[in-house]
Amino acid sequence: MGCTVSDAIDPRFGRPLADPPLDPNEKLDIAALLDGLEYYRPRRRGWTWRTPVPNQHLHDFTYHETSEVLDHSVPLPAAHYFENIDPQPDCVVTSEIASGRPEDDIRRMRMAAWHGADHLMVIRTAGQSHIDGLLEGTPEGVGGIAITRKQLRFTRRALDLIEDEVGRPINFHSYVSGVAGPEIAVMFAEEGVNGAHQDPQYNILYRNINMYRSFVDAAVAKRVMAAAGILQIDGAHNANATAIKAWKVMPELLVQHAINCAFSVAVGMPKEQIALSTVPPDAPPAPCMRMDLPYAIALRDLFGEYKMRAQQNTRYMESEAREATVSHVMNLLISRLTSADIQSTITPDEGRNVPWHYNNVAAVNTAKQSLVGMDGLREMVRIDRENPELKARVREIKERAVLFLEAMLRDGGYFAGVEKAYFVDSGEYPETHDDGIARDSQGGVAAGTIVPRADDYLAPVCHHFGENHLPEGYRGRTVGEAAPCVLIGGCTLCDDGKVPFIDELDPEDNVNVRLAETAELREKGLLRPEVEWAGDGIVVVTMFLPAPADAAEAAALEIGRAMNLDECEVIHKQVMHPAEGTVLELRGRVDVAIDPDTLVIPEPPYVLTDEEIREFVHDRNLRVVAATVGEDEHSVGMREVIDIKHGGLEKWGFGVTYLGTSVPIEKVLDAAIEHAASAVLISTIITHGEVHREMMEKLADLAAEKGVRDRLLLISGGTQVTDKLAREWGMDAGFGRKTKGIDVASFIVESMRERGM
Amino acid sequence: MVRPDTFQEVRVHLAHLSDAELEALFWKLSNDVVRPLVELASTHTSPSIERSVLMRMGCDSVTCKAVVAECETRGLLGHGAGHVVLVCMQEWGCDAPTAAGRLAAGEGWDLAEAKWGAR
Repeated sequence: MGCTVSDAIDPRFGRPLADPPLDPNEKLDIAALLDGLEYYRPRRRGWTWRTPVPNQHLHDFTYHETSEVLDHSVPLPAAHYFENIDPQPDCVVTSEIASGRPEDDIRRMRMAAWHGADHLMVIRTAGQSHIDGLLEGTPEGVGGIAITRKQLRFTRRALDLIEDEVGRPINFHSYVSGVAGPEIAVMFAEEGVNGAHQDPQYNILYRNINMYRSFVDAAVAKRVMAAAGILQIDGAHNANATAIKAWKVMPELLVQHAINCAFSVAVGMPKEQIALSTVPPDAPPAPCMRMDLPYAIALRDLFGEYKMRAQQNTRYMESEAREATVSHVMNLLISRLTSADIQSTITPDEGRNVPWHYNNVAAVNTAKQSLVGMDGLREMVRIDRENPELKARVREIKERAVLFLEAMLRDGGYFAGVEKAYFVDSGEYPETHDDGIARDSQGGVAAGTIVPRADDYLAPVCHHFGENHLPEGYRGRTVGEAAPCVLIGGCTLCDDGKVPFIDELDPEDNVNVRLAETAELREKGLLRPEVEWAGDGIVVVTMFLPAPADAAEAAALEIGRAMNLDECEVIHKQVMHPAEGTVLELRGRVDVAIDPDTLVIPEPPYVLTDEEIREFVHDRNLRVVAATVGEDEHSVGMREVIDIKHGGLEKWGFGVTYLGTSVPIEKVLDAAIEHAASAVLISTIITHGEVHREMMEKLADLAAEKGVRDRLLLISGGTQVTDKLAREWGMDAGFGRKTKGIDVASFIVESMRERGM
Repeated sequence: MVRPDTFQEVRVHLAHLSDAELEALFWKLSNDVVRPLVELASTHTSPSIERSVLMRMGCDSVTCKAVVAECETRGLLGHGAGHVVLVCMQEWGCDAPTAAGRLAAGEGWDLAEAKWGAR
């Protein structure tokens, strides 16, 4: 922290956490993490970037833009074709967590971390930015969480364990905004928060907090953040999310970024600690890539010394998750073609509800999948900076931003500009539509609360910004001069042992009361669906109804009630055709809890790995002969088991001779001998009589007769066949309904191994 | 004010600038915009800033709120809430959280009055 009172540093600080490590097969122990919080201290301060691994080799591939892999993770669904590799992109990946309850936040964070998020951002509850002071305890939030010391400490403690489990540092993040910014910044520094939004313009424009108060507070908050190594993200993306026409707001976005950057540097924040929150402003059906790429380039030209936090578009998000995901993949393409130090993600359901936890995972996977898929793309596909349209547009956006700044200075500066509604106007500057956000410099929340510092103003603490009349020898500016806090025997930023802790202030609204309500679920391990909080009971039903949208919605609600769903709500509907029908997603709540002890869970069939089978088959050049026997013209089931396109035996290199339908048993066996097959597969259907039994027995007898029974595996299949029956009738195995190629392949390889064939 | 897009007319003085010159101008103007904001911040304080000072002195949020509110009432914020606590610490020979706790309970304001006068 740069203080000179190193002997005052608390010995606990920086020591490894004493909590036992997490077991990947066990849930987080919420009660244990709440216990003893007054003694927990964060293990580090400041931001951590990923460790890039140039030319990383994983499976058959070489990656150019990835970082160290994780100890524990859930790879992408298709990874099982690629030895389950889970390459991690080079940039930090964000997930925004907004359950409103710390005890549910940490479960969601663990899931997101396992899928590749290492920047976990907690959204604040509505209204906290207008509270002039700190909240304490764990009250429930709306659309986010009440940020308090206990909530931060509890969450950081869980994240310490989670980062050890996945094997990568996790950055914890929230907001240093509102009228209590300096206090929140100090609390974040003390509690090991690693990143924070801080932008006084956000307070002014979107929270109507007095403009003088916002900038005066911001200077102190930023200085404290700088000292604690907290990465700062600005708030300019909100102009994009608010603008009537997002494609008109680009010059202003550059101006907002510049004001926060220049102000931050002036008050002592290093440039490498400052990140721009930038978002591609547009979305289809606009030709958005051609509109947004020049903006992304202009931004990176001007702000090359700063970090880029690439946000995803929220301005044009509707209720369809598919549409949102496609827009976000386009945003990711812009990140890959230009640059991103942090790739932020927006859940695909944000257009319709407060994000649900599995959608946090979906958004993280959209980023991971896209970034890894586009690994190294920019080496082959370069932006053509000489393209006339691109070149002219990049220049134009910059010039329009310069014109904005010139005019604002002529008009009296920043505060006058805000009073005259310069910001978030729907015209592209210098065009204006007089519909921007105007704020009164004498108005807003906390107006009239700043006070001039007197000639003897004194703050006996470290990392304070502004005039401070410290006594000689306590200014901490030169070698040998004491830090300011030596005056008081150390401040919390230098001596961690001085950080206080307050537990709950509200006996009704706190984590203990909430946990008591769901105690039965946890203690008995009862299973109830959830999307947001443990035991919330929310499910979604997707349905198509052959009716226009309004009628379909009314019908869907009735259907939901008939399904015993409470609180039914249509959260998405889309017309397939005005008359033919509508697809809908219906949300509802079920009041059931399943005791897992009452469940009968079938044992999964034992199967070998693809590599194991392929190697065995290849080494022996294995062949099989297959046929549908008897008076049977059905071949679908057999095709499923043998064809490569259905994931059948051919996939692992088996040579398959398929003889067709209604094949006599003699012909099957002759073909097996001719092709030197190791196995015979016959398919029968149960019709009448005992045709299937006769066919199996005949095959077994004839094989014995011809002296080939020992070197042939006889396998029978069909919808009514069971393994037990088939063995009774002389087969080596029988396979019934839903058999996959992998089941048969595993059986052949296993049996041949056992028998030394 | 509603204004049509006058970009082509008003950009004339920028047209001759190289890209590097344009970018340098962008940053010069940005720094000009923030200079008075930095000056304002340097010479002013606020209740939140003063509570953040007391926090760094080791006081809990409830105590910070009480002491800073009283400083506001008594017109002492401009001298620094931490300054008030420091005066009491030195007078009483105690640490900062103890002094702030006593101030929050209503003690010690006479010491501040003796130093800075009554409002």
